[in-house]
Amino acid sequence: MQAKEDVVEAMKEVLASELNVDQEKVTVDARFKEDLDADSLELVEVVMALEEKFGIEIQDDEVAGLKTVGEAVDLVLAKQAAG
Amino acid sequence: MRRVVVTGLGAVTPVGIGVKSYWDAIIDGRSGVGPLTIVDSEGLSSKVAGECNDFDAAAMLGAKVAKRLDRSVQMGLVAAHEAWGDSGIEGTTDRDMTGVVFATGVGGIGSLLAGEKTRLEKGPGRVSPFTVPMLMVNATAGHVAMTYGLRGPNFCTATACAASNHAFGLAFQMIRSGEADAMVAGGTEGALTPVSIAAFSTMMALSTKYNDRPEQASRPWDTGRDGFVIGEGAGAMILEEREAALRRGARIYGELAGFGQSADAFHITLPAEDGGGAALAMNRAMKSAGVQPEDVGYINAHGTSTPQGDIFETRAIRKAFGGHADRLAVSSTKSMIGHLVGAAGAVEGIATVLAVREGILPPTINLHDQDPECDLDFIPNVARKADVEVALSNGFGFGGHNAAVAFRKHHED
Repeated sequence: MQAKEDVVEAMKEVLASELNVDQEKVTVDARFKEDLDADSLELVEVVMALEEKFGIEIQDDEVAGLKTVGEAVDLVLAKQAAG
Repeated sequence: MRRVVVTGLGAVTPVGIGVKSYWDAIIDGRSGVGPLTIVDSEGLSSKVAGECNDFDAAAMLGAKVAKRLDRSVQMGLVAAHEAWGDSGIEGTTDRDMTGVVFATGVGGIGSLLAGEKTRLEKGPGRVSPFTVPMLMVNATAGHVAMTYGLRGPNFCTATACAASNHAFGLAFQMIRSGEADAMVAGGTEGALTPVSIAAFSTMMALSTKYNDRPEQASRPWDTGRDGFVIGEGAGAMILEEREAALRRGARIYGELAGFGQSADAFHITLPAEDGGGAALAMNRAMKSAGVQPEDVGYINAHGTSTPQGDIFETRAIRKAFGGHADRLAVSSTKSMIGHLVGAAGAVEGIATVLAVREGILPPTINLHDQDPECDLDFIPNVARKADVEVALSNGFGFGGHNAAVAFRKHHED
């Protein structure tokens, strides 16, 4: 189990490489669609990278509900806690 | 009858990115064929290719856009962007009456193979959700329409090495018939993968004798030819209804005056020995343009540098042109850039329309010992000044597809 700050840092790396966005734009409040210009397919790709990085599994219906980076961080932490 | 003119050009080729560097190189007789580097050539019998090594997709399209596109789509988009900008059509055309026909031989097979590699190594759940939009053959046509908001006809031709000529032909027919007022037409190919090169090799289609002298490997009509050199790249044209182009004061490169197509109905990969199908396509292109064989001064041949194909095309030209064949100038720009497969006709059409406009015919390089069975004037090694009124560009594809496009010099009156 990692601290929230570690997950946020790891998220910044994943998002910067998957979405080609500046790391500074990746904040917990940043919205995938509006702020990071990620469409639904790109979000799927981000989730795949998160699954790989954190060794977790995220279901399709859970992906559909993700709106912000903070929500994704919480989801990763919850998955790790459950695992 | 509505007439169709060429008002914009774009090219990504092994001799240069952009129409100017492409044209300068081919009238200078420079080869863009080099050692095969884009994939590991270990074990492959053909180690030469026409690669677009100066192509930088991230710099030209932006990293975020480029990452989601197959290499073939990246090159097609760059060519289309150049042509669109070159034409000055932006803001002057009804977007509902402006469309796209973009060709490719095999589309994004590199992306398909990358997806399969991921599936095998990491499992089906890790296959990128972008695999389908990257591999599909119609991706370039879709992206061009999205970029410029073009809601007119939108189509992809995939008739192997004839595909780009079919794209020009279909776009020409759409404008002539009134279905569209303007079209982005062209083709792209970015399929230099180990398996495609291995597959062309085992069918003995590729050159294998010149691995140590790549620039000499593509040598149409020369007795030393031993197969084609595979290449990659893209070409695009903006085609417009002539009156509309004149009204907006467009710079007109030439007229796309006619199109002819046929099938050999003979063999799935070998061309017909008598050239009959190819001759039909050339005859139909001339009829469609309303010209006689005597009006034609230049042919940009299919001329792939295969032992048989070059002979059969010579026969086809003799069949279509009769006695005038001896007064025609014919060249193969594939001698300099290799065979761009589904994009071949696109970049060769650009060479053809520029040859007519500039009065300079690009040469066939590496032609030092002409095959006696290929007995036409092939403009050996050095470009030639010539005033040409009408020129044809030939494209023949596996499957027996033949497609010829006729370009005519544009006169204002």
